[in-house]
Amino acid sequence: MRITQGTFSFLPDLTDAQIRAQIEYCLAQGWAVGIEYTDDPHPRNTFWEMYGNPMFDLRDPAAIMLEVKACRDTFPQRYIRVTAFDSTHGTESVVLSFIVNRPDAEPGFRLIRTEEPGRTLRYSIESYAVQASPEGARY
Amino acid sequence: MGDMNTPQQITDAKKRYSAGVLKYAQMGYWDGDYQPKDTDIVALFRITPQDGVDPIEAAAAVAGESSTATWTVVWTDRLTACDMYRAKAYRVDPVPNNPGQYFCYVAYDLSLFEEGSITNVAASIIGNVFSFKPLKAARLEDMKFPVAYVKTFAGPPTGIIVERERLDKFGRPLLGATTKPKLGLSGRNYGRVVYEGLKGGLDFMKDDENINSQPFMHWRDRFLFVMDAVNKASAATGEVKGSYLNVTAGSMEEMYRRAEFAKELGSVIIMVDLVVGYTAIQSLSHWCRQHDMILHLHRAGHGTYTRQKTHGVSFRVIAKWMRLTGVDHIHAGTAVGKLEGDPLTVQGYYNVCRDTHTKVDLPRGIYFDQDWGALRKVMPVASGGIHAGQMHQLIDLFGDDVVLQFGGGTIGHPQGIQAGATANRVALEAMVLARNEGRDIANEGPQILRDAAKWCSPLAAALDTWGEISFNYTPTDTSDFVPTPSVA
Repeated sequence: MRITQGTFSFLPDLTDAQIRAQIEYCLAQGWAVGIEYTDDPHPRNTFWEMYGNPMFDLRDPAAIMLEVKACRDTFPQRYIRVTAFDSTHGTESVVLSFIVNRPDAEPGFRLIRTEEPGRTLRYSIESYAVQASPEGARY
Repeated sequence: MGDMNTPQQITDAKKRYSAGVLKYAQMGYWDGDYQPKDTDIVALFRITPQDGVDPIEAAAAVAGESSTATWTVVWTDRLTACDMYRAKAYRVDPVPNNPGQYFCYVAYDLSLFEEGSITNVAASIIGNVFSFKPLKAARLEDMKFPVAYVKTFAGPPTGIIVERERLDKFGRPLLGATTKPKLGLSGRNYGRVVYEGLKGGLDFMKDDENINSQPFMHWRDRFLFVMDAVNKASAATGEVKGSYLNVTAGSMEEMYRRAEFAKELGSVIIMVDLVVGYTAIQSLSHWCRQHDMILHLHRAGHGTYTRQKTHGVSFRVIAKWMRLTGVDHIHAGTAVGKLEGDPLTVQGYYNVCRDTHTKVDLPRGIYFDQDWGALRKVMPVASGGIHAGQMHQLIDLFGDDVVLQFGGGTIGHPQGIQAGATANRVALEAMVLARNEGRDIANEGPQILRDAAKWCSPLAAALDTWGEISFNYTPTDTSDFVPTPSVA
């Protein structure tokens, strides 16, 4: 199962040239680029670990690509995303976020249904990988 | 614009208030020298006076009938600070290329309005005046609200930025589809369509405006099956998904009941139809803010008064009112789809929803600067007769902060609903990627789509089925300041 979070997950995995082009676009907009990774890809796990702070002062796409590669070398079996932040008043949030690395196997999620009175169900979603192993040993 | 024959305001109080009938201009509703104050609410009307009616007197009548005047002089005016309460028509311009029509500007003191009530604004500004006999027709074209008045509204409960943070979807338009057919599906069948669309790649599915609680599908059945579909699709993709559960009903109490159930089932979003009225929408907006819910507004019924240029209310005014009233989504047109909309005029509606500070933009029908006072932004929704083959046009026209809704363009896909959804999502992501890479999507768009279709057979099938479909009719609601462009 391919997790389709992020801006470009329905496309074939981006090449480094494509990733770099998106980073160039972000820098041209004046955004800061950050790198985040996780082995808990629950749809509502907002806070992936930061691979350093967003790189507010790094405006060189080649240097940012080196960071992306370093993160991949350190965590080859984690989900890694490149996230862009816009500090403009009225936005002040994430404006682009796309996956640049994923584990070889993605077991996906189990939907847990808890029956309640009437026909009501309560739902929760649990990652098979997260349930099977502790953090750092999941993929 | 001035006219020697225009009656002047009578300043002698004894003459002014002696019983009888005066011209509106004589009563003080026209002041060609008036400079609107920063705290005034200003309205721009397009009026078509009856033959022989002086346009300035007609403008004064509009100001009078939308503020304090009645048809005859009343002495009780003198118990009040009536000069302040009187709206002032202060400018009348002929509409370019439309003989007999005039733009008239009317300023209203802030004291005329209740805080935080678009219902009160509407009752004043479009109350009696649109039936006024000396006018053949009248249309409210635009309004300006002082920031002091803007700040009396809570505005969108969620807004574009927080909606994206909640949904974890950034840097691209959101994708949706309306479940079809509009009527007749059982809850189980309905949920099937929702599941297929969401699993295939859509972010949202949507109830149609007239899906409430009919015999073929009671509302609780719909909510239960739809939420099963939403959660199952979320587990299948790892994404946050939603389906706009329409809570429109015959009473406020029943709408709250439905909204509560949507919340209990874990829906991220509910929807309501414009026909429930401004007060009901604002009540639901407050409920949504209290319960972390996104509020989608379907503009059902608006075409009855927004479409014709000579009479009614422009949709840009409705969009402004709804941002103040507080909705998170509003249908604002597609320009390229099956429903009315000239591209520039539609872009004007989008800007009103999304700007932090709107600037005068006559080609897009924006007549006033508007400071939105940090009010949250409304996500415009493009829905109605659009398909994957138009992706480059849609992104070029509207940018990223929009929900693109492909109903027929998803569900009617020859390979099935999931394939239809996938075609749209792939077309969308491929186009955003290309745009960010610096490609000229307006011109290269068809080639970008064909290239993506080489590895995505659902997109190839979508382009084969609909690639040549366009809705090329002349729009009725067009800019008065540029020639009407044709839609490609």
